[in-house]
Amino acid sequence: MSEENNVKENEGQSEEPRWMERVAPKEVDWSSLVIIPLLAVLSALIIGAVLIILTDGWGNVLPAYSALFKGAFVGWGSISETLLAATPLIFAGLAVGIGFRAGLFNIGAQGQMVMGGLLAVVVGFSFDGLPAVVHVPLAILAGFLGGALWGFIPGILRARTGAHEVITTIMLNFIAFRTLEYLLKLPRIQQEGRFDPISKEIAESAQLPRLLTWLPVENADQLRLHLGFLIALGAAWVVYWILFKSTIGFEFRAVGANPDAARYGGIGVAAAITMVMVIAGGLAGLGGANETLGVYHRAFPGFTATIGFDAIALALLGRSHPAGIVAASILFGALAAGGRTMQAVAGVGIDLIVVVQALIIVFIAAPELVRAIFRVKVGKETGQITRGWST
Amino acid sequence: MVMLIAGHGRSLLKLELRNVTKRFPGVLANDSVNLTVQSGEILGLLGENGAGKTTLMNILYGLYLADEGEILVDGTVVAFDGPGDAIDAGIGMVHQHFMLVPVFDVTENVVLGVEPTKGPAGTIDMAEARRAVEEISNNYRLDVDAKAMVEDLPVGIQQRIEIIKVLFRDAEVIIFDEPTAVLTPQEVEDFFGIINGLKESGKGIVFITHKLGEVLKVADRIAVLRRGKVVGEAAPNEISKQALAELMVGRPVDLVVDKEAASPGDVVLSVTDLAVVDSRQHTAVDGVTFEVRAGEIVGVAGVQGNGQTELVEALTGLTPPLAGQILLGGEDVTFASPRHMHLSSVAHVPEDRQRSGLILDFDLAENLVLDSYYDEPYSKGSRMDWDYAHHRAGELIEQYDIRTPSSTVTAGTLSGGNQQKLIVAREFSRDVRLIIASQPTRGIDVGSIEYIHNRIVEERDEGSAVLIVSSELDEILALSDRILVMYRGKIVAEVPGAEATATQLGLYMAGSTA
Repeated sequence: MSEENNVKENEGQSEEPRWMERVAPKEVDWSSLVIIPLLAVLSALIIGAVLIILTDGWGNVLPAYSALFKGAFVGWGSISETLLAATPLIFAGLAVGIGFRAGLFNIGAQGQMVMGGLLAVVVGFSFDGLPAVVHVPLAILAGFLGGALWGFIPGILRARTGAHEVITTIMLNFIAFRTLEYLLKLPRIQQEGRFDPISKEIAESAQLPRLLTWLPVENADQLRLHLGFLIALGAAWVVYWILFKSTIGFEFRAVGANPDAARYGGIGVAAAITMVMVIAGGLAGLGGANETLGVYHRAFPGFTATIGFDAIALALLGRSHPAGIVAASILFGALAAGGRTMQAVAGVGIDLIVVVQALIIVFIAAPELVRAIFRVKVGKETGQITRGWST
Repeated sequence: MVMLIAGHGRSLLKLELRNVTKRFPGVLANDSVNLTVQSGEILGLLGENGAGKTTLMNILYGLYLADEGEILVDGTVVAFDGPGDAIDAGIGMVHQHFMLVPVFDVTENVVLGVEPTKGPAGTIDMAEARRAVEEISNNYRLDVDAKAMVEDLPVGIQQRIEIIKVLFRDAEVIIFDEPTAVLTPQEVEDFFGIINGLKESGKGIVFITHKLGEVLKVADRIAVLRRGKVVGEAAPNEISKQALAELMVGRPVDLVVDKEAASPGDVVLSVTDLAVVDSRQHTAVDGVTFEVRAGEIVGVAGVQGNGQTELVEALTGLTPPLAGQILLGGEDVTFASPRHMHLSSVAHVPEDRQRSGLILDFDLAENLVLDSYYDEPYSKGSRMDWDYAHHRAGELIEQYDIRTPSSTVTAGTLSGGNQQKLIVAREFSRDVRLIIASQPTRGIDVGSIEYIHNRIVEERDEGSAVLIVSSELDEILALSDRILVMYRGKIVAEVPGAEATATQLGLYMAGSTA
């Protein structure tokens, strides 16, 4: 092989900011995929420790962080809470991540969750006497469809009119929130005897069964981890298969990486964009259904918390790879579960967790900073030490 | 002598590189290079893509730091820590891709970063700036309107603004990186006039190119770079084009394409009164009629931007035409989709390999199935068979001589020539009856050009109809059995390939009718 012919010429390379490449990288680069995120977490925890020192003094760092760790990982109760918190994050993270892979910035996971969760609840309380093996899948399907519809709208608008999905999904979030509040006050949906917007409780046959209550441990009946977690792992596997093993995933990725080349290759770019948004919306809808069917057993304003927005951070952290998103979601789930213990045991406010999570994202977004702090060598030397001049 | 504002009176006589070595991981980009350029001469730096020309000039311009060796200005060793130092030392660079702000006028672009000021508040003295720009333009006969908006100017004029920029910064040695790549044949002539003028007024010129004819025509000395090494230096009058090509490529090369006379068969592509609008709804193709027969190569010559891009887009299904008819073997494909054209055995080598021909972040196997992934043998149902795709990619890499470590590297890591061979492999490796190739060898090395040209002739000999669109006259002349010249969306001339001359085609390309 000739060395000369293998030198990448700088000439003619496009100089556009390739942020998508960082969000959804093609090559599995050990340093940026695993080491940088780990170091980002470490850096964020160190800054979090500084904040604890500034507010509570030196003495509280170790108790706080040890409570955080115990609350996240030590004992079945902690593990159950960690994975329970991670479950909706996985769904929503996948919804954002698959969009990134296709070059779309889906900020609408929140609204898609709302619609999915609501439709799942309606199916959940509308049928009586169905066996769980029928009722649960039916309600889950409703969750997927509700979200898919909410993804289809920005998808078709983008494909047909070029309306940017960032704008339309943000607006659809608002519409979803208000629609939820309106619908929750309809007599058909509202819980009898209540005046606030809250839905009827779903039938027991529609509730996602808990997974760990059989364990021979104390308070096993309080282990809340439910079937949704396994469904989330299944969804991650399906998304992985679609993206990397199927023809449609090839189309999605081609459209995301270079729409001109995709069009040249005969790929229907508009159809692919619509399809991605439908799938993304459906995934977020599953996340919503996961909350209403698995945790709250009803719908009320704010049942989605901020999961749909955290999902953007998770997709970034997980580099839009399903496995990465699962790992990132479990990390954030652990911070959430451990944070509650930390607050209870060490008296350090749970707000610190939000700060730490935000710092992780900041460090992930600035990998050069992490590399500089920890002197990590760039995994894959490009030989290009300047940008924007000769290229 | 020219009065300059942003510099300090000094004239550089001699710039010297001694034993300059630059390594990148796995690659020796420059290997102990020695070069000298003096005021009042044009040094042609000849080399293929990837030979290390750009790296060398980036070292000279302070963008890279050499691992070994030194740079001397008038005999004194200097250390450049960024382009600022190089500019201060009197070195200017005109990049291949211009660095201009389109919505600024010429003067604003020229003074950007070194604006002359007046008064205690340091406000920009635009009048003085304009006067200086006009003075440079007049002194060097560059003929640039200092008040014109850059986005309205043709590429040739934009290049002159870049030249004014470096002169305004008091450059004594000016490096031109592939300056003719973007110019029309006429603009190239004008450009040669300009650099000769610069030379006469005492500037030293480094002219980087991979085009043999150009260095022979304009350089006083030629240095040939191959694999990071200077493999030879010569004056243009003491070396032949053939010898120079061998030096550059490292082996004997065929500068002419061997081909038998064509034996055209049935009409494969028939285009009637085709009209196409561009993305701004301006008429780009204006009633074009022609045929391409099996077993012949039809070349479309023309200065870029005369409707060739839109013509190809319409023929390949990427843009629906406004009017007219396209028949492929008798079937009406006027409004067919790209997928339909692909299924109808039409191969398309697009004009911009990086924009639409390849997905640079995808690996070679993925790129090789870009337009055939949806069917067997690359997929079954909705499941991709990546194992087979990689297996097939391995065969094509071998067969089409694509230099790569494996089929799993991304297309972006390949050199331009290998990227182009990748596209040719994808498009030619199936049954084709019509090949539409746009700028098939733009910006690639001689070895790859030779290979692709031979491949195209082979396809013709096997009975494919071939339509070549190129702004390189040499390419059109070397390949075509029949030549069409496009000017402002119309075909203004048709010439048999054997009888065509560059001069005659050049005239048609500039709009003169037969």
